[in-house]
Amino acid sequence: MNDLSRIHTGWCLIWVALLSVLTGCLEAAGTDEALARLMQQMALRQHDHVAFVERNYLQILERPLESSGELFYDAPDRLEKRTLAPKPESLVLDKGTVTIRRGRRQYALALRDYPQLAPLVDSVRATLAGDLAALQRSYFLQFETTASERASEWTLILVPRDAHPGALIRQIRIAGARDRIHTVEISHQDGDHSELAIHALAGN
Amino acid sequence: MRARAFALVVWIAFLGLATVIVVRARYTADLSAFLPQAPSAAQRLLVDQLREGPASRLILVAIEAPEDPSRGYLSRALAARLRNDPQFQTVTNGDASGLERDREFVFAHRYLLSDRVTPEHFSALGLHSAIEESIEQLATPVGSLTKNLLVRDPTGETLQVLAQWDPVAPPATNAGVWASTDGRRALLVAQTRAAGSDTDGQQRAVIAIRKAFSAVQSAAANLNPGTAPTTAQLRLSGPGVFAVAARARIEREAIRFSMLSSLFIAVFLLAVYRSMPALMLGLLPVASGALAGVAAVAMTFGVVHAVTLGFGVTLIGEAVDYSVYLFLQARRGPHGERASTAVPGTLWPTIWLGMLTSVCGFASLLPSDFPGLAQLGCYSIAGLVTAALVTRFVLPRLLPRDLALRTVAPLGLAFAKALTALRPWRKALWLVAAAAALIVYTDRDHLWHRELSALSPVSAADQSLDAELRADLGAPDVRTLVIVSAVDPEAVLQSAEVVSRKLDTLVASGDIANFQTPTRYLPSRATQAARRDSIPNAHALPALLARSVLGLPIRAERLAAFLKDVEATRTAPLLTRTDLQRTSIAPVFDAMMIRHGERWSALLPLESSASGQHAFTIDIERIKRAVRASTANDVEVVVLDLKGESDALYTGYLSEAVRLSLAGLAAIVLVLLMVLRSPWRVARVVAPLLLAVLVVIAGFALIGHRLTLLHLIGMLLIVAIGSNYALFFDRRPSALESAADPEAQTRTIASLLVANFTTVLAFGTLSLSTVPVLSALGTTVAPGTLLALLFAAIMAKRHA
Repeated sequence: MNDLSRIHTGWCLIWVALLSVLTGCLEAAGTDEALARLMQQMALRQHDHVAFVERNYLQILERPLESSGELFYDAPDRLEKRTLAPKPESLVLDKGTVTIRRGRRQYALALRDYPQLAPLVDSVRATLAGDLAALQRSYFLQFETTASERASEWTLILVPRDAHPGALIRQIRIAGARDRIHTVEISHQDGDHSELAIHALAGN
Repeated sequence: MRARAFALVVWIAFLGLATVIVVRARYTADLSAFLPQAPSAAQRLLVDQLREGPASRLILVAIEAPEDPSRGYLSRALAARLRNDPQFQTVTNGDASGLERDREFVFAHRYLLSDRVTPEHFSALGLHSAIEESIEQLATPVGSLTKNLLVRDPTGETLQVLAQWDPVAPPATNAGVWASTDGRRALLVAQTRAAGSDTDGQQRAVIAIRKAFSAVQSAAANLNPGTAPTTAQLRLSGPGVFAVAARARIEREAIRFSMLSSLFIAVFLLAVYRSMPALMLGLLPVASGALAGVAAVAMTFGVVHAVTLGFGVTLIGEAVDYSVYLFLQARRGPHGERASTAVPGTLWPTIWLGMLTSVCGFASLLPSDFPGLAQLGCYSIAGLVTAALVTRFVLPRLLPRDLALRTVAPLGLAFAKALTALRPWRKALWLVAAAAALIVYTDRDHLWHRELSALSPVSAADQSLDAELRADLGAPDVRTLVIVSAVDPEAVLQSAEVVSRKLDTLVASGDIANFQTPTRYLPSRATQAARRDSIPNAHALPALLARSVLGLPIRAERLAAFLKDVEATRTAPLLTRTDLQRTSIAPVFDAMMIRHGERWSALLPLESSASGQHAFTIDIERIKRAVRASTANDVEVVVLDLKGESDALYTGYLSEAVRLSLAGLAAIVLVLLMVLRSPWRVARVVAPLLLAVLVVIAGFALIGHRLTLLHLIGMLLIVAIGSNYALFFDRRPSALESAADPEAQTRTIASLLVANFTTVLAFGTLSLSTVPVLSALGTTVAPGTLLALLFAAIMAKRHA
């Protein structure tokens, strides 16, 4: 019955999805300085709106679960993950409150009630503020570019520094090209993992 | 000599008997004096709920500590302490330890609690679609929160039960415990074992909470010795807390104001008499009357309300008048000594008549449904009669021959002169009457306070704190209830389920936003049995499950734990109230499923929509039509509009009080008619009194003070007390008498002034009380009697 209390599994997914919007304009760069410069640029971004397709690989299931929808960002601190399929569901972070709307039901949660999420929340905040140092306090960052013909491809790997027993996420892997993220892969401690693929919306 | 001895013996024996009764009487200071005995069944239930119901046993606890991180710790530590105290049935503060038990309960009994469990749900097709839905949910952020639930609960019953249970937003939490939305205070809810009407038990509970809090606070200080002492404040609210506070206040004020006004009157009379023995003798009738009054109440009602003793002040104000008349109107002998038995022959009939009119006024309180008022009537009648008898038959026999009293004739003379000066203005009284009538008429729609809360001894500040805490807890006051009652609790639950289904359609149509029902937490045994019987047995289910997952991305073997859980439910006994024990659901259920006498009632609170066509209103008739005839014969279904009902209750008492007052007035007029035998004289006696009442009402209207039932009683007292003055002014001394004692008129006037001033002192003191019923009486009677004297004096026919 402690499954319900393991609420932060979902939170991590959500946060990473949101984080991916923010990092959507990352440019290929090989150094921390380059990363820092990109994050500063990111702090200038006012709006973003992209489509996503997410695949969840759960060990109990024979096939991955697929969901899709759109991600929105409005500076400085409104983020929304709008799932359209298979079931419509909206998740909004506005200032310190998370609101989940599903059918006729709506849940509102205050982030301060989940101190275990503090590092993750701080890291998003830090990203928004272009504060690379704060991000590095929560994660080991590994930023590399792929040496190939399409040299603009890159990968950012985040490994939580705080590996306490209750930690759920093993690793977050963000891959992109030029200023766009292609995928966000999250590996869980329990062996499940998920892939979030991001596309620019048609006409955007 | 023999007559003297006889009167004294009777008096002393009477005092002795009364003392014994008073000493042995039971006293109470709880709020039941203000809770009327309700006439209708629904109202009786309402009053019972106010007095005894689970809601009456709730204590809302707030730990106010702005900017203080220790709030969460204090809440948890306080809850832990109180949970170990047998005085408290449950203590909830939203912490995980409480919620964990709830979750375990829901999870363990999900197949009995979920309203989706039917034979169709457990068919291959039903299982298929339920499992498919659960798997689809895993792909969304909310679903991903519960992915580990899938193996044991693939049909999603746990979430279904939680959705059934929690249609409203739970309280906000901060640092893991319930908190106000602004985060300034942590919140706990404690439910006492003692009933709300058990004020002693509530007081012990309140003290226990305060003690536990200071212990927790000092423990917190010891934990972090370096830090500054915490500034956290404990705030308590709830019916029991109110009762304890109100009782303390009523006790305090009943005693304080009786003492205070006695003191004022004593000092004043001493100043008038300039004689200590005269003062002591003058207070004898009052003391005898008070003793007799309490004894009469104890014998008639079995228990004496403290607030009756507070009203006792009213008796001091009037009973002391008799001895004032006796002392100050007595004619002096040729050598200045008092001829005590030589009180003017026409004086006593006037005093008797005054007493009789007062008794008529108070007698009209006797049939009141408010125990406090009925006791006031009983107390005052016994007190006044005793005081008058003691003044007439005992006091003269105790007066020393050489009792030297200062003459008050100059005072009477001065007042008489002033009155003479006012006499040309007599006609102006018509103007006063017309102006007052106009004010009252224009303000007629706003004169009365029409809500029961008008009588509540709970201060406005306390009421607003209570409202704030309730809003913080997401437990707003419920206005409308459907009540299902029967002798058999199972029949009640079954009928409540029928009513719930009807209410579901009203929710769907938007007539109401939502409703609560105890059957969500504990379904009837019939419903539970039906759900249990929907589950296929251990032989049939595995094959069924294997078929149902065809086409789904999950293998049946993965769901072995599900099969085990379902079989456990199928073979386990059905749920009873005891299974709820130690969950936070228990107090919720108990608040909605109550026993009163032989019957059980399920209360189904309705919530109005916050928007749309039916925003904030509930169409009672529509609800009544919807739930009508929905249950078995011996089950009663009532739709109760709480606010409307309690206000109707109060309006009922108000109109009862109006009727009683008018009856009292009629009795007074009748007595006057019988004695005075002249409608014209009666009119002259009554006119100044009614004018005084009218001006007092106009005064309240002018300052925008709404009148309550107690103001009305005050008006009755103005008439009852003021009639004494008016009668004296009406009294015509015979020509012989006037010739023999030319000073008689001025002495009469002086004695009336003194008597009136004692009354104004007594009620003026009462008007300072913070208990609304006491201050309402004070603020009405003090100015009213003063005006009654003034008007009576101005209107009096000239005798001299």
